[in-house]
Amino acid sequence: MTQPIRSILATDCGSTTTKAILIELTDEGYRLKVRGEAPTTVEKPFDDVTVGVINAVTEVSELAGRPLVGEDGRIIVPQQGDAGVDLYLSTSSAGGGLQMLVAGVVRTMTAESAERAALGAGAIVMDVICSNDKRQPHEQIARIRHLRPDMILLSGGVDGGTTSHVAELAELIGAADPKPRLGSGYELPVVFAGNVDARGAVREALQDKTALSIVDNLRPTLDHEHLDPARDQIHDLFMEHVMAQAPGYDKLKSWTSAPVMPTPGAVGAIIQTVAKQRDISVIGVDIGGATTDVFSVFPSAETGEPVFNRTVSANLGMSYSISNVMASAGIENVLRWVPFDIDESELRNRIKNKMVRPTTIPSLIRDLQVEQALAREALRLSLIQHKDFATELKGKRRARDISEAFAQSGSGDTIVDMMALDLVVGSGGVLSHAPRRVQAALMLVDSFEPMGVTKLAVDSIFMMPQLGVLASIHEEAATQVFERDCLVPLGTCIAPVGTTKGGRPLATVTLELPDGRREITIGAGDLELVRLPTGQSVRCRIEPSKGVDVGHGPGVAFETEVEGGEAGILLDGRGRPIRIPSVAKERVAAIEQWIRNLDLYPRESR
Amino acid sequence: MSHAYTPGLKVSEAAEFLRVRLLPIPGDVLVKQGEDVEPESVVARALLPGNVVTANLARLLGVAATDIPALLLVKEGDAVTKDQPIAQSKGIFGMFKQSANAPTTGVLESVSKVSGQAIFREAPIPVDVKAYVGGTVSEIVPGFGAHVDARGTMVQGIFGIGPEVSGEIVIASDDPARPLLPADVKPTHRGKVLVGGSVARLDALRACVQAGVAALVVGGIDAADLKELLGYDIGVAITGSEAVGLTVVVTEGFGELAMSGRTHRLLSDVAGRKASVSGATQIRAGVMRPEVLVPHEIEVIEKTETDSGYMHGGSVVRIIRDPHFGELGKVVDLPPEPARLDTEAKVRILTVALRSGEHVTLPRANVELVDERL
Repeated sequence: MTQPIRSILATDCGSTTTKAILIELTDEGYRLKVRGEAPTTVEKPFDDVTVGVINAVTEVSELAGRPLVGEDGRIIVPQQGDAGVDLYLSTSSAGGGLQMLVAGVVRTMTAESAERAALGAGAIVMDVICSNDKRQPHEQIARIRHLRPDMILLSGGVDGGTTSHVAELAELIGAADPKPRLGSGYELPVVFAGNVDARGAVREALQDKTALSIVDNLRPTLDHEHLDPARDQIHDLFMEHVMAQAPGYDKLKSWTSAPVMPTPGAVGAIIQTVAKQRDISVIGVDIGGATTDVFSVFPSAETGEPVFNRTVSANLGMSYSISNVMASAGIENVLRWVPFDIDESELRNRIKNKMVRPTTIPSLIRDLQVEQALAREALRLSLIQHKDFATELKGKRRARDISEAFAQSGSGDTIVDMMALDLVVGSGGVLSHAPRRVQAALMLVDSFEPMGVTKLAVDSIFMMPQLGVLASIHEEAATQVFERDCLVPLGTCIAPVGTTKGGRPLATVTLELPDGRREITIGAGDLELVRLPTGQSVRCRIEPSKGVDVGHGPGVAFETEVEGGEAGILLDGRGRPIRIPSVAKERVAAIEQWIRNLDLYPRESR
Repeated sequence: MSHAYTPGLKVSEAAEFLRVRLLPIPGDVLVKQGEDVEPESVVARALLPGNVVTANLARLLGVAATDIPALLLVKEGDAVTKDQPIAQSKGIFGMFKQSANAPTTGVLESVSKVSGQAIFREAPIPVDVKAYVGGTVSEIVPGFGAHVDARGTMVQGIFGIGPEVSGEIVIASDDPARPLLPADVKPTHRGKVLVGGSVARLDALRACVQAGVAALVVGGIDAADLKELLGYDIGVAITGSEAVGLTVVVTEGFGELAMSGRTHRLLSDVAGRKASVSGATQIRAGVMRPEVLVPHEIEVIEKTETDSGYMHGGSVVRIIRDPHFGELGKVVDLPPEPARLDTEAKVRILTVALRSGEHVTLPRANVELVDERL
């Protein structure tokens, strides 16, 4: 019998910080031992990502009290006695991550499938070129030349269909003769995942000008999407071509026990693993400094099969892109979450100062409240983009029944159903490092507006990327650490949807708490918190008023089990969308009331 | 007491600055190693492949793509002029022939037998790379450009806008804490690099544009004024291509913030000299800060703390977030254990002695190293 893996070291090289975690096999299975971090060092004066990796690992080594780095400056693999680890893995989004251009024939069909494949692989999609994007060919060529992506994914046509459009796209790319973003001495990788009959024409147009690779069609028929071969190829090329150009990655690559994965691809992998194992609908969100990634797994309404989607809101983030959050959301939308009056010009300067000095952190409560207001808007806008993208396959032929015809539903409807959502997992500094967990819970509820009964959790210390790459080679260890050390349960949100007349409550919730039964009525505009610690779950009867839905249909009462967490049970009667008073004085009063009810911030600040 | 890695902005009167000046595609290098260059000297030149224009001949002629080669009037690689007939259909019994004309002047690069698409390449576009800074060519990168090496005063800003420019340094305000007023900007400042005070409001910025000032170096700028000047809001800090007719280097941040005394003093010392200024800022992925470079003779290159990036007891830091935003102080303690802030966040902290003598405890992330002496 082979010896089990005793210890695993995993790093995530982010654009700002390199994070390292050490996992060890204990009597209870795999557990997180310690973590460490250090600034990422892909920039001058270091120009070598492994410097930051070694700094972060050295911190881990000091905290764990055992050597992990050898005298040769490399991570010791495999474990020898007390020194080193059996596996070393890494993800990376440093240097701007993986930036891709996607091309397909029809925007809502093959181009959208290609975009889904690229996003699922962890890329930032810089642009989508397609035959019907209303740009003239010369404008498309100019755009391709200007962008300088790391890689291009070309799709188009179902197998056996017409080849001329996809050939035309390949010719446009060939004519543009695009250069890769990093390094001038290598050819730009292009992946063709389109109509098999067009392979010859694509080869003719691109073989001599690019590093062309051909994989199975990602949309072999209109009714079927087959993204895995394209995604896998993108991962391989990311390592071989793109990362090989970044400073120090050749060295990093030679250290790891499995290929380095793009960070968002790894997060997607762990979200899918969890959705599959628990058989639930999940939304995961990672709000970073520059971008916000949203991941979801929902069943297709048509096939019932779980469908994974990922979107990247490229310019919605909490530091580099924070100013864009303000510009995209509008100052009124940001201010509606702030429980005090603030001068608009001062707010704009404060946000711009965060943009140019992205690593600073709020040390005043008011500063924290402004950042959390911006986070709500970044999250809200990211979910809107995600819902628009996560749809049933467009262009699909299908039979409709009479109810669907009346409901005007059809191909292209979003599959993100907030009433059916079981779990929201938040990640990223503003959520994971919120000083009180209830702040993270409310940020998720305010921005995503879950309906009915939904569990809330955060990634405790940004471990999802490392666990995602670990899941690719050791699923057991990844899921054990995810359940025990990564996921911090915040609790459950109960949000009735609908309105009542004459001031009647929206719903009555009866909780069988450890200290006795408690009956709570949720009125319109109410926001209450019932503390229920992590690890406890209680029976709960929910009786909505006529016309109000909490998940089982308007006015339908039901019983369920609700889980506690670091926040507790959040009873949200503020409506969907959440209604916030528009008059400043009333708004401040309402938010102050919610802050008091949830004990959201330290008392002396109020 | 331990030390911590904290990046800072470089402000030095005796720095070495090497600027790598490369073409985006291979071309001709026009300078030699050891040659002295001025900011305007062209270091390398290339011809970018011309723009591409397409025409789908199969659609224009109403024939199958496979028939196109037989209908071409010119060969692939031939030069064509706009509206010149390039393909003609056979018509019916030799009549009703349709022609397809060249949509532009250039070369017929290729014609596809699959799609029927013809690709025309226009004349190449010349691209010059200038030296940007006055100095000596220290290394040639064959086919791409050169390294230009110079020594002198270097001031990095926190944020900027506008392209690379050069001009003579003029001090507009002797007081680094006084706002720059429109009246400070004179017609004689055309083409100059103007050094202002604590803030340049919209009227002062517009006065600079109107007077033809090449670049403005100032302590602070108001976010709303910047939006007004540009006509749009900068959402992500990637700048350098703004075309408002003025390059701006902001040394401290957004709002009214006195320019650091050392920055003002160093720039005052080189008043009258020629400076190279770039507003290009990129906070993410390849950090790039705006800069003012003033070449002059120096004997010894100054090694500063910001070069090392490591902070220790006695290091001078600037506080870069409220409270005490903009104040300078000396590090007196760097406790290794994280501590709780008012917000209840548990982070690594440091204690700084402010100039007033007050000791304040702050997150380590909220200070940056400065090459100031207190």
